[in-house]
Amino acid sequence: MPSSPARFLLGLWALLVLVFLFAPVAVIALYAFNASNVQSWPIPGFSLRWFGTAWSNREIRAALALSLEAGLIATTVAVVLGTAAAFAVNRFRFVGREAVSFTVVLPIALPGIITGMALNSFFVLAGTGLSFWTIVIGHATFCIVVVYNNVLARLRRMPASLAEASMDLGADGWRTFRLVTLPLMSTALVAGAILAFALSFDEVIVTTFTAGAQNTLPLWIFGAIRLGQRLPEVNVVVLLVTAVTFVPVLLAYRLMGRSGV
Amino acid sequence: MSSITLPRRLSTALWRAPRLALAATLLPPLAWFLLIYLAALAVLFIAAFWSVDAFTGEIDRTWTLENFARIVQSPIYRAIALRTIGMAAAVTVTDALIAFPFAFFMARVAGPTLRVTLFTLVLLPLWSSYLARVYAWRLILAHDGALNWALNGVGLPSLEIGYSRWAMWIVFSYIWLPFMITPLFAALERIPQSLLEASGDLGARGWRTLVRVILPLSLPGLVAGSIFTFSLTLGDYITPVLVGGPGSDFIGNVVYANVGIANNVPFAAAYASVPLVVMMLYLALAKRIGAFESM
Repeated sequence: MPSSPARFLLGLWALLVLVFLFAPVAVIALYAFNASNVQSWPIPGFSLRWFGTAWSNREIRAALALSLEAGLIATTVAVVLGTAAAFAVNRFRFVGREAVSFTVVLPIALPGIITGMALNSFFVLAGTGLSFWTIVIGHATFCIVVVYNNVLARLRRMPASLAEASMDLGADGWRTFRLVTLPLMSTALVAGAILAFALSFDEVIVTTFTAGAQNTLPLWIFGAIRLGQRLPEVNVVVLLVTAVTFVPVLLAYRLMGRSGV
Repeated sequence: MSSITLPRRLSTALWRAPRLALAATLLPPLAWFLLIYLAALAVLFIAAFWSVDAFTGEIDRTWTLENFARIVQSPIYRAIALRTIGMAAAVTVTDALIAFPFAFFMARVAGPTLRVTLFTLVLLPLWSSYLARVYAWRLILAHDGALNWALNGVGLPSLEIGYSRWAMWIVFSYIWLPFMITPLFAALERIPQSLLEASGDLGARGWRTLVRVILPLSLPGLVAGSIFTFSLTLGDYITPVLVGGPGSDFIGNVVYANVGIANNVPFAAAYASVPLVVMMLYLALAKRIGAFESM
């Protein structure tokens, strides 16, 4: 244990780091209620009018719908493929088993432009062009690892004896899966799905390479900030996006913490 | 009641034939990665050796090293690559310096409840909107933003760093900080208390224990964190666009421009191989230090 002045200094440092991490989030929250359309500090007054303006903006609503749709489909694909891969690695021994973890993490471990650029040239040269589906494929590819890691961690902590006991008691494989394995891994599955969705909902770099004419919500935000247009609406949208991701992510961490087994 | 349903029959068949079960669970994800992701990486790699016909704009699929020669010979592309790698290194060092005392406090000073709270608070921004956080700094660092307001308030002159390399450095360090804290915390938490006591018993004072025992043992965590901060900075092109100002192009900006506007996929692929090669070297080095065990 460090000496008490050292502990005090470390605590102070920790506090400063927290301020550093959250001050910008607080700034975002304040600017969303800015009465003026000029983005300067301190804001001259509070108003809710930009919330209405943002909600009635068709582009924003279309982008939001597209993001939700792409995120849901990509998450579904990621849940199925990530869970399957986790089962394969946990239950079986096969050649190249160690390479699986490495391969699934590649899409997020490699710099974003590599994944984006690779998928872009693949789709373009394969002649499929860019569409809503290429966005979904890109998102699913880097979301798989999140589900995979969560489910695999849970499976590793789950004793094999539980499934064996179930089968000794006369349940067949399907019943064991439905009544024993699935309930035990359900929280990991839900947590993985939430984090995968959060990742998809927020992604910009890969999406800029795999989207054609479509705008996801992050692409709309990026375009608006870059051009300096519609900034009051941007303030509102980024605040809502932040708030909307905070809640499920906190939930996901609670689910991951509650291991059960 | 005991009618044999399809899932039952299927599960029994799978239980009797584990190879079939392995194939059923492994093949779909394997196929996805082989047919889409690894194929795409292969295309990227091969396309880097192609060229674009200057007149027709069509891709010429004859093997050439022209793109790589252009990158090595052009002072502009060299400067951009060096700028990107330099920024990635600066951000990594900055994050390591900020994260180490924080992770140390979390792992060795804070009680269990505070530790969990801090952990959640650190990870929360990680999953929240990337663009929102970059944009927040654009507002803070702007000419009439919160930073200059605070500086003027205490009688200091304004800082015009809204669109500069300083802004990029701050924003990158801010955004990737949680990626450095998490593995460092994991590594520091794993150091047995008895080792620190032994070091004290053998006469080492606090500072010496830190340098000779704690730092070497936390090195894998530090390297694991640096993989993220380094790689994420290397592959980013959004932050340079939003807060970088003129003359702050990253490798990613050139790649993006060549894919979209200039329509020169082979050159973009060749230039994208620069961060790829840098990361491969970095990962090989990290593996030797044992960083993958603490990720």
